[in-house]
Parts: sequence; C-alpha cells; structure tokens
Amino acid sequence: MYEFLQQLLNGLSLGAIYALIAIGYTMVYGILRFINFAHSDVFMAGAFIGLNVARYTHPGTFLGGFIVLGSAMLGCALLGMTIERLAYRPLRGAPTLNVLITAIGVSLFLEYSGQKFFGAAPRRFPAIFPVREFTFGGAITISSNQLAVIGVTFLLMVALQLVVFRTKIGTAMRAVSLNPRAAQLVGINNDVVISFTFGLGSALAAAGGILYALNYPSIDPLMGVMPGLKAFVAAVLGGIGSIPGAALGGLILGVVETFVAGSPWSTGKDAIAFGILIVILLFRPAGLLGKSGVEKV
Amino acid sequence: MDIKRAGTILSAAAFLALAGCQKQDDSVIRVGEYASLTGKEAAFGQSCHKGTLLAIEELNAGGGLLGKKLELRTEDDASTQGQPATIVKKLISRDKVIAVLGEATSSRSLEAAPICQSDRIPMISPAATNPAVTAVGPYVFRVCFIDPFQGAVMAKFAKNRLGLHKVAVLTSVSSAYSVGLAKYFKERFTADGGEIPVEQKYSEGDKDFNAQLTAIKASGADGIFVPGYYTEAALVCIQARNLGLPVPIFGGDGWEAPELIQIGGTAVEGCYYSTHFSPENTAPVVKGFVDKFRARFNGETPDGMAALGYDSAAMLADAVKRAGTTEPAALRDALAATRGYRGVTGSITMDPDRNATKAAVIITVKDGHFKFVESVAP
Repeated sequence: MYEFLQQLLNGLSLGAIYALIAIGYTMVYGILRFINFAHSDVFMAGAFIGLNVARYTHPGTFLGGFIVLGSAMLGCALLGMTIERLAYRPLRGAPTLNVLITAIGVSLFLEYSGQKFFGAAPRRFPAIFPVREFTFGGAITISSNQLAVIGVTFLLMVALQLVVFRTKIGTAMRAVSLNPRAAQLVGINNDVVISFTFGLGSALAAAGGILYALNYPSIDPLMGVMPGLKAFVAAVLGGIGSIPGAALGGLILGVVETFVAGSPWSTGKDAIAFGILIVILLFRPAGLLGKSGVEKV
Repeated sequence: MDIKRAGTILSAAAFLALAGCQKQDDSVIRVGEYASLTGKEAAFGQSCHKGTLLAIEELNAGGGLLGKKLELRTEDDASTQGQPATIVKKLISRDKVIAVLGEATSSRSLEAAPICQSDRIPMISPAATNPAVTAVGPYVFRVCFIDPFQGAVMAKFAKNRLGLHKVAVLTSVSSAYSVGLAKYFKERFTADGGEIPVEQKYSEGDKDFNAQLTAIKASGADGIFVPGYYTEAALVCIQARNLGLPVPIFGGDGWEAPELIQIGGTAVEGCYYSTHFSPENTAPVVKGFVDKFRARFNGETPDGMAALGYDSAAMLADAVKRAGTTEPAALRDALAATRGYRGVTGSITMDPDRNATKAAVIITVKDGHFKFVESVAP
C-alpha cells in the first residue's frame, strides 16, 4: 500500500511536468493546426537560462528561486515569439506540412546551437529553492521539489484557464482557434494573438524546464528530446487542442510510466506507455477529451 | 548508365583517390583515436584522450617510433550510437592509421570493432570491459580487465567488506556494459550465498529513477548495485537519498568521473566503485605518470580513464617496437604477444582472448573527493 501511494506521488510529479509541456503543444495546435516540434527545445532553453540566472541569485531561497523561474519564463516567452516571428509567420498560409518541417528544423537548430554555446557535457543544475523532505506515515517520502512541481503546475493551469476564459486576449485566442478569417473580420489582429499564444506556451515550457531540472539536476542541450516526445504523446492522448486534455494526458502518462518502471516489467517502460496510447486512440481517435463539446484553444 | 558517363565518373573517382593519396605523408606514423569528447560520456572521452595525447607526445619527445614521428588523429563520436562506425571507417580509409585506439564504453567499442576486424587494423580499447568486445575477432584488444572479474570483485566486496546480504540491482538495459556487469555481479553474489531481492531496469538517458527506487525500497534490499555510467549513477544516488533510502550504493568503473561528485553532491558520499587505477598509488611508475600528467594539463589529477588511455597508446608503441614494422598483421601478432608490459594501470599481459589480466582498485567518495579503499588482485 505504501509502495502504491509512493509510486502514485512519483508518477504525479513526473506527469505534472509532461502536462506543462503538453499544454504548449496543444495551444499552438489549437490555433495553427500544426505541431511545434521546437517546443521541447524551448523547454531545454528554459533550464539553461535558469542555470545562468541562478549564478546571480542566492541559491536555496524562495526569492532567488522565483527570480530564476520568472526570468526563464520571460526569456523563453521572448524566444518563442521570436521563433514564431522568424520561422513560422513567413509560412502563414503555406501547407501545414511545410510548417511542420520548418518546426523540425528549428528544433534541430536549437539543439545543436545549444551544444555549441552551452557545451554538450551534462551540467549540474543548482538547488534554487529551499529543499526539504517530508515523510508521511513513516514510509511515504516526498521532496519539496516534487511538491513544487505539482503545486506550480496546478497554479499555472488555473492561471491559464483564467487567461483563456476570462480575458479579452483569451477570447481572441478562442476566436482565432474557431475561425481565423472570421476573427479577422471582427477586428482581431491574428498576428498579435498567435504571437501571444507562442509566448504563453513557451513560458510554460520554461517553467517545465526549471521544474524538471530541479528534480533531475543534470541538464544538457538534448534534455528536451525525450520529455518533449512524451509530452507530445500526452497531448495526443488527452485530445490535441484541449488544455484540460493535455493536463490529463500528462498525468496519465507519468503515472503509467512510473508504475511500469517500478514493476518487474521495467524494461518495457516506454513500450507499455506508448502501447496504451495506441489502444486509447484506437477506441477514441480524438483523444480522451478531444470531443467537439470541449472548448478548443 | 552509358559508358561515357561511367568513364567520366571512374576517372573522377580515380582523380579523387589520387588526390587523397597525395595528401598522405609517409614520414609520420598515424594513430587513430575515436572518443566521446562531447555528450553524455564526455568525461570519459576527454580523460582518455588526454592520457593518449600525453603518451604520444612523450614518444615523439623521445624520437618517435622506427625513426618516424607519431601523429594522433582524433575523432569525436559525441557519445552517440552510430557515430563510431562512421568515424572509424574514415580513420582507416582516409587517414590510413596503423591502429585505432578507443572507446571507453563497451557499446560503442562493439560498434567499431567489426570494422577494424574486417579491415585488418588492430584496435585497442582502453576501457571497454564487456567480454564481447574482444570476441569480435583477433584484431581487437583491450588494456583493461573484463566485467566477469569486475563483477566478482564488487560482489565479494559487498558481501565481505560491506556485510550486505540482499542487494538490489539497477541495470541500464540499453548498455552492453551494464547488462554484462549486472549478470556477473548477480552470479557471484548469489553463488556466495547472497540474495538479489529485485532487479530493476532503466535506459540510457533516463533521468527519473523514483519508480525503480521505490520498488527497491519496498523489497527491503540492504544495498544497491548500479552498473551504469556516472550521469545516471549520480541521479540514482540523489533520488535514493530523497526517497529516504540510506543503504550503500555501489557500481563499476563507469562511475569514475569528476561529474559523479559535481552532479551527485553530498548524495554520492560513502558510495563505492571499482576501477582500474588510483592516483594515490605510490609505485614509481604511477607517481611519474601522475606528475607528468599534472604538468601537462594544468595540475589536473589523472583518473582511471586517463591512465588507460595512456596505457593503450604506450602498449601499441611497445608492440610497434617489438614488431619493427607497422604492417598490420605483424603488429597484431606483436600486440597479442604482450607479456608483463609495465603500464601505469598495472602489469599488462594479453590472455589468449586478448584481454588484459590485472588488479582492480576500489574507490569511495569522502568529503567530496575520491579516496582509495583497497586493491584486489585477479
């Protein structure tokens, strides 16, 4: 029983990171109908911005931690908007396949420039927040970093829901998602909305990058590849285009992966996680929450 | 394709081949090296390369070999599967090296070994400990001990010195080294009356081990054997301590890199691993090597990989001297006939399977530094 609860906690904290990244995939898909493969490298860039900012803050304090988190989110928001402006906007109106291939190109560009600038060797990520271990019932242990992941993810999700459903720009985002042309006709500047979406998604990826690096403090320029792939799967699993779906998909994937990894079949960890994806998509091709009744963003 | 076009292509190819030949300079002996200079196992490649470079520079300072200077051609495989095959082909066909030195890891050595074997160019792996590497063929050698020995050393150490009875094993399924070492450890540990309550798996590049460690904690193991590389080993130690798992964690020579302590911090304190070399050894040949290495590389202390890199080049030079030629077949025979060569990692004798038989040392982490524990003879 203790083992079950401990694994559930492990799975949720891993799944929360997948969820943060998955939201970025899903938001961009919701508006532009293409998968931004460079998203997982923005996640990596977030961790490296954090590493460099952390040199100038006091490690292990809340203030320093939030400065690092905030500056990584801001830096990546700018990076995301720049990528959109330089690489994707000139292709607006071109077939989706062209944009998709450009996205793969941007992804490789970021990975290999990262190796050039940050070096290819893994680096240690400092403990930017105060670290504590909490023990429940004598056997279940959770570190403050794992709690931070779950907490920060939850807060960002709530904030995101508020932005999308309670603000003017959020309404504009939903309008562009429903019908870009009609949105333009009623006076929405599509470029601004798309740029904002990229900024928001990239800021969430940066938060994911920092939280990932806190829990697994070895970072390198290719660190985004695997979590990015898993988050993409999570977004599809939950129903691509749906924000709650991405969150749900991330959590399911994290929990399933953790339970398989802790079982005697740990060799097949990824195979089983991806196998479940195939089965779910066979029965629900639109993903878990990908029905038309769900608000798309 | 019509004949004219084929002719054009042929002559172009012939021209390129000639141009390629003209570039080659016969007044030097070229030695190839492939190493993981960047990427996940960059610490291995960098250390190994420094050792090899030092040996080559020393040989050149002493007049070279057979009246010619040596030239080291180094290629980086970026710690990526698939790269070694490409770059070793390039070293052999373009650079016309007399022998290939590398790699530190078994999986990547296994990739390059068949190419060296089929091209009949001797390959010497500095630190690939998986037995399968030299089984590829008679042109493949190594200067390190092999995993059956290393696994037995750590099993005895866990049983007798640490007094453990139930040791969990955490293996990387995507690394030949890890799978092999885990197998030999388990065989010896259970033969000595120990118990393996659970074996958990991960893949290279994984960062989350909480699930596996939670299962290990639930199994009641009193120790964890992690036959992996330093990046993963450091993360395993951190996550084990975070989960409130205070048991000893130990591994093999894949742990040896400064990054283990840099990434692992206080979590790797009191961990153990077996390796090839300790700079604290007071034998004159070791002291001399450590001093020369520090003088050449800004006071850096050599680790096991550096010492093995040095020995791989030095053993090759010794064989060239004995063979009196760089002709591959004669060089291979001379390498196979190496007996009691006094390397910095101990006395090297090639057994019939072209593996070196020598002692292992056990190292622990204390106060943020590597400390020598004991030496185990074969």
